[in-house]
Amino acid sequence: MTDLDTFRQETREWLEANCPEAMRTPVASFEDIYTGGRRPEVAHPDQVVWCERMAERGWTVPHWPREYGGGGLGSAEVKVLREEMERIGARRPLDSFGISMLGPALLKFGNEEQKREHLPPICRGEIRWCQGYSEPNAGSDLASLQTRAEDKGDYYEINGQKVWTSYADKADMIFCLVRTDNTGTKHEGISFMLFDMDQPGVTARPIKLISGSSPFCETFFDNARAEKRNLVGELGQGWTIAKYLLTHEREMISGFGTAPGKSLGKAAIEEFGADESGRLRNGMLRQEIAQYQLDTLAFRATMERVGDEVKSGQGLGPASSIFKYYGTELNKRRNELNVAIGGEAALGWSGARYDDGAVVRSFLRSKGNSIEGGTSEVQLNIVAKRVLGLPDA
Amino acid sequence: MTLVLNEEQLMLKESAAGFLAEKASVAQLRALRDAGDGTAFDPAVWQEMAGMGWAGIAIPEAYGGLGYGYTGLGVVLEQAGRNLSPSPLESSVLLAATAIEALGNEEQKNQWLPAIAGGEALVSVALQETAQYDPPGINLSASQDLDGWVLGGTKRMVLDALSAQAFVVLARSSGAVGEVGGISAFLVPADAEGVTVSPCDMVDSRQCGVVDFSQVRVSADALMGEAGAAWPALERCLDIAAIGFSAQLLGLSLEAFERTMAYLRERKQFGRVIGSFQGLQHRAAALFAELELARSIVLKALQAIDAGNDNLSLIASATKAKLCEVARTASNEAVQMHGGIGMTDEYDIGLFLKRARVLQHLFGDYYFHLDRFARLGGY
Repeated sequence: MTDLDTFRQETREWLEANCPEAMRTPVASFEDIYTGGRRPEVAHPDQVVWCERMAERGWTVPHWPREYGGGGLGSAEVKVLREEMERIGARRPLDSFGISMLGPALLKFGNEEQKREHLPPICRGEIRWCQGYSEPNAGSDLASLQTRAEDKGDYYEINGQKVWTSYADKADMIFCLVRTDNTGTKHEGISFMLFDMDQPGVTARPIKLISGSSPFCETFFDNARAEKRNLVGELGQGWTIAKYLLTHEREMISGFGTAPGKSLGKAAIEEFGADESGRLRNGMLRQEIAQYQLDTLAFRATMERVGDEVKSGQGLGPASSIFKYYGTELNKRRNELNVAIGGEAALGWSGARYDDGAVVRSFLRSKGNSIEGGTSEVQLNIVAKRVLGLPDA
Repeated sequence: MTLVLNEEQLMLKESAAGFLAEKASVAQLRALRDAGDGTAFDPAVWQEMAGMGWAGIAIPEAYGGLGYGYTGLGVVLEQAGRNLSPSPLESSVLLAATAIEALGNEEQKNQWLPAIAGGEALVSVALQETAQYDPPGINLSASQDLDGWVLGGTKRMVLDALSAQAFVVLARSSGAVGEVGGISAFLVPADAEGVTVSPCDMVDSRQCGVVDFSQVRVSADALMGEAGAAWPALERCLDIAAIGFSAQLLGLSLEAFERTMAYLRERKQFGRVIGSFQGLQHRAAALFAELELARSIVLKALQAIDAGNDNLSLIASATKAKLCEVARTASNEAVQMHGGIGMTDEYDIGLFLKRARVLQHLFGDYYFHLDRFARLGGY
C-alpha cells in the first residue's frame, strides 16, 4: 500500500467513527452552514461537535500549515480527504470568510505574529470575520474609499462608513480597507487593518434586501480603535492586498455558477410534459434550458482546464479573468429558469406550499451576484484592458 | 486525465501553426479561388504535410499511422481552421480514415489506411443526401445482386469529391428511411461505372461535389462490416467528425477574433482608436469569455475520443453546438467591428465568415446538435 492508500484508509475509518449522523445529511439551507464565532448560530448541536473534532486534526482548513491550526496536508491528501467526506456525504465542518478570504491574505501578507494570533482561531471557528470594503461612494470605484484611520501614537482611530458589509452584525472582527494618506493617487494611501467589532465606536445596521433577507449591513465607525500590531503589510499597501483578496472573493462567487442541482430539463418535463419522442413540450423553454446546460458544461470544463494549467506549471492563464463574470451570469440564468419552470409555485413568498418562498427568494438574491465583488461590467472592463490590451477611453 | 496539452501535442501545435501560416495560408485559399480551375489544394504542400505524418496522425501505428490520437489531429485541425488551409485533412484524414478504421474489415484497413497515412490515397465520405444533415434519413439504396451489390442514389456535400480515388458510401440496405437499422457502408472506387462526380461551387471556395450513383455495381468485398449494421460504429464516426469540425471552428474563431482585436487597437475614428470605446470593449470581452469556454470544451471532447468515453455523443453534440454558436458570433462580430472594410472582397475577414457557415453546417449545425444534446439529457 502506498502512503496515500494508508492515509485514505485511516481517514475513512476516522470519518466513520467521528462524523455525527446529522452531519451526513445534505445542506438544505444557509442555517445548515456552520460559520462559528463568539456567538455562533447553531441550527443543530452536532454542528459544534463536528467542527471541534475536525479542528482538532486541523481538518477544518486541511491545506493550511499545522503551526497555524491547519492540517498541513498536501494537495493529494486534501483531495483524498474531500473524496472520503463526499463518500459519506459529510458536510464541511466550517465555512467562513476567515477561511476563504482573510486567511489567504494573512498567509501571503501577514507577519509571523499576526498569523499566530489570527489563523488558529479561524481554524477552530472561534472568531467570525467580516469584510469592510465598499462604501456609499466607493462601489465599483472601490479605490475612492474615504474611511479614515488616524495615527494616535499607540493605536489607529477609525472614522467613516462601510456598506454591504456581509454579516457585520454577527461578526467578531473586521478586516477593513482604510485611508491612511490623502496626498498621492487614490490607490496609494489605502491600508489594510484588522479590528474588533465588539467596541463602542462600531455600529452595524442590517440592510433588508429585495429577497427579504438581511445578509449585509451598513457599518459605522465613530472613533473606533485598531491596534497598531493589526496593520497588515506596510502602511499604504492595502490596495495590493485588497486586489489579491478580491480574486479569492470572485472565485468564491463564481463557484455559484457550478452549483449542481436537479436537472432543469427533467423538472420542466414534470411541469409541462413530453412529446412521444421524449422531448419537453415547450420547445422555446427547452432550447433555453439546453443552452444553459451547454454553457454550464463548458464553464465547468474551463474551471477544470485552468486548474490543470496551474498544476502543470503553465501559470494562471487569462481564462481565470472570466470566472466571476460568467459564473454569476450563469447563476442568474439558472434562477430565471427555476422561476419559469415553477410557475405559480415558484412565485409564493411565504407558507409551506411555497417552501417559504425559497425559489423566488433565491432568484431575487441571485441578481446581486453580478453586482457584488465587482459588477459584470467592471469585470468586462478588466478583461478588455488587461487581457485584450484595448486602450483606456 | 488533465485538461491540458502534453509536451508532444504542444510541439505539434507550434509546428503546425508555423507550417500552415507559411504554406497553406488564407492567401493560398484566395489564390486557388481566383485561379478558378477547381483545384482543391496544392498537392506539393499536401505531400509535405503527409511527410510530417499529419495524414496518419490519428491512424494506429499498425496501419502506418503515427498513433497520436484525435487530440493530436484536433491540434492540427485547429491550426488549419486558423489559416483556412485548403487540404484533404478533413475529407481523407478526419472523415475517411476514421470511417475505414471504425467500419472496415482487416483487408480494407490494410489496403487503405497506410495509403491515406502516406498521402498517396485520397478517400472521402459520401453521407448527406438532402439539404439538411440527417444521418438516419439515408436513402441511397443498396440491393444485393448475385455476387455483389447495386447502389443507386445521390450524395451531396462530399468534400474534395473531384480529387478522391474512392468514397465511403453510406447506403440503406434494409429498413425505412429514418431508422438507424438497415444502414450499410461500402468502399466504392471513384472510377466505378455509374459514378458521376459534379463540382459544386460553395461559398467557402473549398472543393465539394455531388456524387451520383446510377446502378453502380460493386463486389461483395466492397461492403464494410455487416450488412445493415453500420449504425453503432457510424454514430461514433459522426461524433468524431463533429468534434473535428469543432476544432476547426475554434481555430477559425480565435483567428477572426485576434485579427479583429488588432484592428480595434489601430483603427481611429473621432480622433481616437475605436478599441477605446466601451460599447466595443464589452462585446469583445464577452466574446473572449465565450472563446475560452470553446477552447475548454473542444479539448475535453478530443480527449473523450481518445479515452474511449462511453457518452461521447453527449460531449460531441455539446461541443459542436457550442462551437457553432461561438463561431457565428465571432465571425459576425469580426465583420461588424471591421466596418466597411469587412464587407470588401479584398479584405480577408469575409473569408472567415464564409468558411464558418460551411463548417457550422457540416455534420450537424447548432440546432441539430442542441436538440440532440437535450434529447441525450433526457428532455
